[in-house]
Amino acid sequence: MANDDTFLLDGVAVPFNTGQTILQAAHAAGRYIPHLCWHPDYKPHGSCKLCTVKIDGRLASACTTPATPGLRVENRTPELDEQRRTLLQMLFVEGNHFCPSCEKSGQCLLQATAYELGMMGPHFDHFYPNRPVDASHPDVLLDFNRCILCSLCEQASARDGKFVFVMGGRGMRGRKVIINSATGRLADTDFSLTDHAASICPVGVILKKRVGFIVPYGQRKYDRAPVSVADTQGDEP
Amino acid sequence: MSEPRKLRVATTSLAGCFGCHMSLLDIDERLFTLIELVDFDRTPLTDIKRCGPCDLGLIEGGVCNAENVHVLREFRRQCKTLVAVGACAINGGLPAQRNHLDLRDILEAVYETEGGLARGAHIPNDPELPLPLDRVHPIHEVVKVDYFLPGCPPSGDAIWKFLTDLIAGRTPTLGHGLLHYD
Amino acid sequence: MPQNWIMLAGMDQLEAIDWVLSRHRHDGTRLMQILRETQEALGWLAPETITRIAQGVGWPRARVEATAAFYSFFHLRPRGEYCLLWSDNIIDRMAGSRALMQRLCEALWLEPGRLSEDGLVFVHTTSDIGMGDQGPALLVNYRAATRMTAERVDAMAELIRNRVPLADWPQEWFQVEDNLRRAGPLLGEAFTPGAALAAALSRGPDAQLAEIAASNLRGRGGAGFPTARKWQACRDAPLATDQTRIVVCNADEGEPGTFKDRVLLNSHADLVFEGMTIAALTVGARQGFLYLRGEYRYLLDTLEAVLQRRRDQGLLGRGILGTPGFDFDIEIHLGAGAYVCGEESALIESLEGKPGRPRLRPPFPVTHGYLGQPTVVNNVETFACAARIAEKGAAWFAATGTPQSTGSKLVSVSGDVARPGVYEFPCGITVAEVLDAAGVRNCVQGVQVSGPSGTTLTGEELGRRLCFEDVPSAGALMVFDCTRDMFEAAHNFAHFFAHESCGFCTPCRVGTQVIARLMDKIAAGRGSQYDLQELSRLHQLLQGTAHCGLGHIAGNPVFATLTKFRPAYERRLKSLEFEPAFDLDAELSQARQMTGRDDAGAHLAET
Repeated sequence: MANDDTFLLDGVAVPFNTGQTILQAAHAAGRYIPHLCWHPDYKPHGSCKLCTVKIDGRLASACTTPATPGLRVENRTPELDEQRRTLLQMLFVEGNHFCPSCEKSGQCLLQATAYELGMMGPHFDHFYPNRPVDASHPDVLLDFNRCILCSLCEQASARDGKFVFVMGGRGMRGRKVIINSATGRLADTDFSLTDHAASICPVGVILKKRVGFIVPYGQRKYDRAPVSVADTQGDEP
Repeated sequence: MSEPRKLRVATTSLAGCFGCHMSLLDIDERLFTLIELVDFDRTPLTDIKRCGPCDLGLIEGGVCNAENVHVLREFRRQCKTLVAVGACAINGGLPAQRNHLDLRDILEAVYETEGGLARGAHIPNDPELPLPLDRVHPIHEVVKVDYFLPGCPPSGDAIWKFLTDLIAGRTPTLGHGLLHYD
Repeated sequence: MPQNWIMLAGMDQLEAIDWVLSRHRHDGTRLMQILRETQEALGWLAPETITRIAQGVGWPRARVEATAAFYSFFHLRPRGEYCLLWSDNIIDRMAGSRALMQRLCEALWLEPGRLSEDGLVFVHTTSDIGMGDQGPALLVNYRAATRMTAERVDAMAELIRNRVPLADWPQEWFQVEDNLRRAGPLLGEAFTPGAALAAALSRGPDAQLAEIAASNLRGRGGAGFPTARKWQACRDAPLATDQTRIVVCNADEGEPGTFKDRVLLNSHADLVFEGMTIAALTVGARQGFLYLRGEYRYLLDTLEAVLQRRRDQGLLGRGILGTPGFDFDIEIHLGAGAYVCGEESALIESLEGKPGRPRLRPPFPVTHGYLGQPTVVNNVETFACAARIAEKGAAWFAATGTPQSTGSKLVSVSGDVARPGVYEFPCGITVAEVLDAAGVRNCVQGVQVSGPSGTTLTGEELGRRLCFEDVPSAGALMVFDCTRDMFEAAHNFAHFFAHESCGFCTPCRVGTQVIARLMDKIAAGRGSQYDLQELSRLHQLLQGTAHCGLGHIAGNPVFATLTKFRPAYERRLKSLEFEPAFDLDAELSQARQMTGRDDAGAHLAET
């Protein structure tokens, strides 16, 4: 039975504090709800929709729905995981996600989440967009082919007080991260390696130069444990 | 009860590097078990050139030229179950990284304008050579694909798990450590 | 530029930008207006223009660019002296818009979507511009031109070639008719500005709210939320220091096939502004906005003049009608080509100078709207109704319509009818009765109610009633006779949603594109049963997981036509089995050309 300060997540009680969302409370309790654009240190964005759960029979984003006593939340049901796989497949065909040639492989949240959900193939036809790569900055490389538009870099850079990255444009062909310089080049901003934004990207867009292979493939974060375990230990990417 | 019929299996590499085939050999001594369970039809292992009726077809590599299309269609016609094996079959892989370039520019650069080419070099036009497509396609964009076995290459263990699942009639799954896109 | 402002003549570019900035008090929340006016002066928004504006409003440059990049009518690349955007709704297409656009392009030697070599002219399509009753229509430098014909197109090409300024073009091309075919209680009687407001004032805010509640007025934008409840919630929302309540009129009439607000604003603006002022009185608001869609730019000067007259008459401004403390004014904000801004929280984002992205809810606008203040957002027609209710009373209003849908409804009718235009009917009218009035020319195959986001009816469902008890609607009927192909309508709508998706959430951003691509595949004769299943699956995903209403319903028209007009799809299928989405042989054509080969091996047969 759920008491006043718990809700049921797949039948198991999860405690929460007033003001916490379902995803926050689940995360704090070490329970995994799949997510991509959510990060414990930042405001929920609610865009990836991976955390869509069924709350008392209705679909809603766990990252933006406040926890209330006695809610019955379905999370890892075959139906919801199937829906999540479809969303992942959409993200994989929207960009160019060539894992074998990406130095983020093994510590990429998109990839790890797709493993967790058993996504075997992309299902849809690929869009193969032609997005820019920006190697202008001395310390950081940007490869927007892998961007999933989670906005975490925007939020982190706002926290840095720099606004180096801002989400703009419209629709699949237009929406993108806009760089805060007239040239659009990272080198022409005040971005620095010590910014929060330099370490926030869950996928392989914002890459620090010269450190990509310090941890060899096979020994990386999600090689050691699946995301459902690795990211519920208070250790977000 | 009679012995279960051995499954007939064909394999091929389209626009791939044969790395997935190498990885198949990496199942090592389990190859002996495998040949108890399956017979091979067309595959580089048997050197049979045409694919006969099969239970299972394993395709490595994406579709980058006309010959790839012919082979893939032959496999689809002949195989009850078709599996895309490896990154290139699944999303085009390395060859597909030419997809944002114009084929005309690529051919000109490679055969006519790059430094080091002989004078008068031209784009080869021998009818023996298959013509390249404008874009490299994963195989599921050209024919219906029944299963995907990702990896670059999938490890021997992943291939073994996948094949034994299939042979036993289970929907193949790869757990943590076996499911890899790289 | 043909549309240069006279005041800006003689200024250099930076002076022009600075003049616009100072006109808007360097206020970043007015960014939409700053960008539009700057672009009207300079033709496009160059990188240095964006930088200057960002400095002027004190925003990070990337934020200004983010807004500029969101809206279809802002250009970060040159668009030439003449920018011609053809309305691409299915109704305009049925009237021949595509062929006319092609004719124009051929006459000017250019391709749609590409600026001419000499930088003079740009021709492309745009989402429905609200002229469905007088198409084919287009925007010429954002001014609506209607009833296009081949002759007009030829003459237009000639004017462009000769660089004739827009002011010297035949003015009858820019004539927009009201086409109000039937007036009822709302529009049938003349309205004296101030009459409704005086009645509301003598009643007082409490009694006025009760009057609206008693009338059972529900939102005319289609959702049907009780107006009194919305006003009550806003009125009850606490105010922080320096805050006020806000009244916003949603005139972002972007739903294809809908154009009734155009008529209200053109000929009955007093009714609308008076309704807004009554709302302000009722909820205690001091500031109001009319968010006017960019496509209705041509109405701006007229509407500004009406506002000024109302100020002069004491109907707006400080101490309205001599009532101390009743201060309220309205300003007009223009949108810039983004359908999603019809969603109230996206509209508020846009009013604040940001990309029109629907907000996470709760909180709702009635408590946290414009700049965090309690905000009422209502449809144009809702405010007009509110004014009449104030003037004539709840009982008078509720005497028309049905119990759940009181009053009358303006219905935009377009497509295969003899008299397209706007009709005022009591709520609860059947579709058949509206079509009778509009003069159906041929047997009816289908009717799209309330645009792509609405309901698809077959010819056998014309007895359905336009009211919240049956078919809820924003009041639009697009009529397709038996000669039409309902697949083509759904195909057009699928592209509409793909174009208008804001791109925020995964299912809508990618899903609308996948749907559009599958519809292209079927249209090209490459579809299979497999694709039909896929369309249904995508519809369910969008309905369940998208962030906002646009995404929830983006699969509707495809799913509805798949259900009700399935043969229109099936007859296009290539086979029952899987089919590739592209022509394999065509993908060899570049290689054939470059090698000079044409032997059998240089071709791929269809399977």
